[in-house]
Amino acid sequence: MWRDAFLVMQKDMKIELKSKVVVNQVLPFGLVVIFLFGLAIGKVNTSALVTAGSNLSNGGALKDASAGLFWLAVTMSAIIGVQRSFAIETQDQARDALRLSALDPAGIFLGKAGALLIQLAVLELVLGLCASFLFGMHIVTLWLFLLAALLASISLCGVGVVYGALASGARTRETLLPLLFFPVIAPVLLSATKACEAAIVGNPASGMIWIEILAVFSLCYLTLGIAAFGSLLEE
Amino acid sequence: MSYQSQISDMSPRERLAQRATAVIGLLTLLSLGFTVWLGLFITPPDEFMGNLVRLVYVHPPIAWVMFIAYGVAFLSTLLYLWPRTRDLRFDRLAGASSEVGVVFTGLTLISGSIWGRPTWGTWWTWDPLLTTTALLFVMYLGYLALRQLPGDPDARAKRSAIGGLIAFIDVPIVYFAVLWWKSIHQAPTVLDPLTGKTYIHGSMAYTLLLGFVAFTLLFIYLVAKRYRLAGLKDRYESFLLGEAIEDRKREAMPDLSGVYPDSVGNAGAIDVPGQKKRFSDPNVSVGYDAGLRPDQTDDYQKIGLQNNTGADA
Repeated sequence: MWRDAFLVMQKDMKIELKSKVVVNQVLPFGLVVIFLFGLAIGKVNTSALVTAGSNLSNGGALKDASAGLFWLAVTMSAIIGVQRSFAIETQDQARDALRLSALDPAGIFLGKAGALLIQLAVLELVLGLCASFLFGMHIVTLWLFLLAALLASISLCGVGVVYGALASGARTRETLLPLLFFPVIAPVLLSATKACEAAIVGNPASGMIWIEILAVFSLCYLTLGIAAFGSLLEE
Repeated sequence: MSYQSQISDMSPRERLAQRATAVIGLLTLLSLGFTVWLGLFITPPDEFMGNLVRLVYVHPPIAWVMFIAYGVAFLSTLLYLWPRTRDLRFDRLAGASSEVGVVFTGLTLISGSIWGRPTWGTWWTWDPLLTTTALLFVMYLGYLALRQLPGDPDARAKRSAIGGLIAFIDVPIVYFAVLWWKSIHQAPTVLDPLTGKTYIHGSMAYTLLLGFVAFTLLFIYLVAKRYRLAGLKDRYESFLLGEAIEDRKREAMPDLSGVYPDSVGNAGAIDVPGQKKRFSDPNVSVGYDAGLRPDQTDDYQKIGLQNNTGADA
């Protein structure tokens, strides 16, 4: 299973490195979303005169919501990433080829999830830097933030690959992915936001319970994916 | 056999099921009416809540039905996935029960909202129980959308089963939300798990019990109707498929159309002993020259082709 997973992960990463769709299209989309959040919520400074020593930093609503907005931007980019991950399979009937290749379906699931995880990691790094820049989000406990990000990303990838397989293929299906994905991922988003807020404030103790919830979710969704992916691939 | 006769020729079991459903429907109507009458007019207002307490005869039963509905759907899904009990009827039951569950979840949220406005001063609050219930509503809406995707019934059933399993994860979370988190929603009125006491008595208790019975009967009636509808729809679709296949056959072999009786039941030109002839059916082409339909003849003549049995044959 692990060998097959590694093979599929290699394949997906090679395709991505060649086509650079995530880097050229999904990443800028994420950046635009973060920018738009800033426009929607942040205060627009319209005073013509700026005196020396005045504090122009974005306080208030935007700073308080920065962790949640970051995760929303990541989730929206993740959905597009999932759609891309399965779009490469629908071309040239690659999905049938994958089925006929006698690779272990659990391995295919883990491979696709792994490739998606690497892409999400790059996305989160750039979006996180952008968010801390634009929202004034300064992280005190970095390890907590990174751990929360890792576990939440594992959940996102697990659910994404399962629903991506469900929702790809026929034309009527692709718009189903956001409707299925968002409600299931909402508790993960909530936990990740709370954990990251604890990391921003610098209070690891309050963040640990959310980390535990995230760990449970990741385990659940990975197990579900490993069990269910075979039958999903068959249609 | 026409479509009408295929569907209306119900087996004895179907006829029994129809009659049972009708009886349950009647009982539902009576018990619901009785509950409304008791709840609105006979029972007294509450010591603390006043007339607002009358919603207790409606809101908890609706929430209870919501849980029952999703539970039935979950069990049906499991039965479908288990190879020994795999049967499309379980998938239909899961779909029917989930649909009723979604309706009752919406009603739970609405009736809860109506109760909340005078009690908490707001129609909605981002409370753990309300949030998880709203999430449940949207999740099962997604599940219903997944069920609508076109495809072969078995593939659709397997797909929906996986979607249903994922959606069910939220149900125990909603059920225990009041106990796990400090929710603004009150703890259970009947058999509070923490204290073991029941906080409702007298005529109000009986009306609440009647409310539970009435809404459970309503649930059974709605699921029975929806399940039958799903079965009829599948039967109709396979009938349409049969018709489409017959049409293609007729197009492919025009010389033989109307000569032999076909599987849909039309008689042909060849006299099969004992076969009933249906001359009112326009598809019967006894004596009609095989090959072209009446509307095709003119076009073919225009481009210079004749019927097979024309003078040029």
